Amino acid sequence: MNRIGKCFAELRARKQPGFIAYLTCGDPSMAVTVDAVKALADAGVDIIELGVPFSDPVADGPVIQRASARALAAGASLSRIIDMIAALRGGGLKIPLVLFGYYNPVLRFGPDRLAREASAAGADGLLVADLIPEEEGDLAAACREVNLDRIQLVAPTTPDARIRKIAAATGGFLYAVSLTGVTGEREHLPEGVGAFVKRIRAQTDKPLALGFGIGSPETAAAAAKLADAVVVGSAIVRCMEENAANQDMVRRLGNFVREMVDAAKGRSSGSGESTRVLPAVR
Amino acid sequence: MATPTTLPDERGHFGRYGGRFVPETLFPAIEELEAAFREARADEQFQTDLGYYLSDYAGRPTPLYHAAQLSGMLGARVYLKREDLCHTGAHKINNTLGQVLLAKRMGKTRVIAETGAGQHGVATATAAAFFGLACAVYMGEEDVRRQRLNVFRMRLLGATVVPVTSGSKTLKDAMNEAMRDWVANVANTHYVVGSVAGPHPFPMIVREFQSVIGREAREQILRLEGALPDAVVACVGGGSNAMGIFAGFLEDAGVRLFGVEAAGKGLNTRHHAASIIAGRPGVLHGSMTRLLDDEDGQIRPAHSIAAGLDYPAVGPEHSYLAETGRAAYLSATDDEAVAAFEKLARTEGIIPAMETAHALARLPEVAAQVPRNGIVVLCLSGRGDKDAETAEEAIRQKESSGSEVFGAGEGVEP
Repeated sequence: MNRIGKCFAELRARKQPGFIAYLTCGDPSMAVTVDAVKALADAGVDIIELGVPFSDPVADGPVIQRASARALAAGASLSRIIDMIAALRGGGLKIPLVLFGYYNPVLRFGPDRLAREASAAGADGLLVADLIPEEEGDLAAACREVNLDRIQLVAPTTPDARIRKIAAATGGFLYAVSLTGVTGEREHLPEGVGAFVKRIRAQTDKPLALGFGIGSPETAAAAAKLADAVVVGSAIVRCMEENAANQDMVRRLGNFVREMVDAAKGRSSGSGESTRVLPAVR
Repeated sequence: MATPTTLPDERGHFGRYGGRFVPETLFPAIEELEAAFREARADEQFQTDLGYYLSDYAGRPTPLYHAAQLSGMLGARVYLKREDLCHTGAHKINNTLGQVLLAKRMGKTRVIAETGAGQHGVATATAAAFFGLACAVYMGEEDVRRQRLNVFRMRLLGATVVPVTSGSKTLKDAMNEAMRDWVANVANTHYVVGSVAGPHPFPMIVREFQSVIGREAREQILRLEGALPDAVVACVGGGSNAMGIFAGFLEDAGVRLFGVEAAGKGLNTRHHAASIIAGRPGVLHGSMTRLLDDEDGQIRPAHSIAAGLDYPAVGPEHSYLAETGRAAYLSATDDEAVAAFEKLARTEGIIPAMETAHALARLPEVAAQVPRNGIVVLCLSGRGDKDAETAEEAIRQKESSGSEVFGAGEGVEP
């Protein structure tokens, strides 16, 4: 069992929902990403998704599109991100890390090589937004060989039989896209998400993470009641964008995320400057 | 190798190209679309209806015109398949009438489209107006500027034109934005993809609806000449007019097929759109195909003076035809296209689309590869009114930079 498996086993034992945070690597620089990853871990996040920027992110809304463009302009690449993972692990970071990107950069890097090098650096999972199981060729096998979870997605449009098939193929956890649409915060959870989660639960008992559209303590708390984990992405990326000019951006990010983590886990949150002692780095 | 017409296979692949590289949200929609398309294709009523709209509304069949002046200059019998005479001024209407009729049959109430030159946008807006569906067209901001006339036409037809400001602000980015819209509104919306690109089944569907060009051309040339052509030539951006005319001749082994890509400012610069000649296999917009990217797999912006060719990838079937050698691919620069644009206007009295002008620019080379007085059919995919401003600017620049002005009656090439 890799770090992701252990993480969900612990969460289940503690009867606690998990919190997964996404950020776009290299926005505004790889150095800031390193600090942001540590801040997210310190804020009590359970798993971090490391967004691999792509020039044409069709599954993403404007916030992550802008972040991707900034990251690419600043020179981010898959190989630099893998180097960053190795450095973070060298520094003692224990939190599970999942690469999240699009297929063309994966293809160019080489699926086999990516699985090997990402795993060796200390990554635990791989999500590819535009790659359905039918098209992934040898990637799943390459990931399995190095114990890298090849995480698959289901959407509200996915029929039951297909959910079953995808759930059987997924490694680590099943990522449920809460809505039909692109990434980005929404004010409320989409209508019908409860029924969607029920539909998934009837097909599989794999850990279930619910993402897309979640970006406030309220939506995080609501989503956490349904799934084994909630994913927050655009809100985190936006927080970094809005505070880009601030000296204490990373601290603000930590506070912003801690409030959502506390809400998701059903803990009362203070002013956002919470003094609660959290397990620092798991 | 499978025979061309048996492709794509059941998973949408043309050899190693094609496929369905989409976010999961869209997968059920493209499966539903494929089922609906196969059902419609087998339905006589659908075919009868579409045939009626194509003839009485869109003006088909289009003439296969013997271009006597060009023929004399080139030493070949040159025929132009006059898609520029279709309603709305280009071949795009063949596909949009088919797809919007299909959308209506599927119970969709709204269609969306991406557009580069605006021809596909206008054709989609036209079909949507005709069939009474709501319509939104995504168009790169740069193209909105280049193609003002078509923007006005779309709005006049009741469509919403959405300028796209992300990325290179051209066709590629318009397609990204259309896919995002489709992901969000898939329940009531059909995405009318304008080229033989995108995830399966789009390359198959668009080829089918455009294959009317090739079927007509084949019948017409047999009637006019009693023989098949030696060569067929068409411009290739995404490749829908080329695939449409190629489809009529794919199984005629003696007919050589030529596609002409946009070489922009030159293949030795980064400013071109020749994804077959200068690209490599990768995944963009739902399919595996040849494309332009950097060493990290980031898509590079394309360039062409013709907005409709300004796209860093190509339909997957063209990648397959190039790989198997069934079709050959050439290229023409911006300057060569502008020269050919002027040339056709002055020799035949036809102002072609700047996209089509790329195919015209390579006509001398194609003619040189067929026997003396051989038959060459060129797909005149659209008319050039929309390009008047772009052409005027290019010609003025050429004149002021002191290079030779093309006069009437000169040979196309020495």
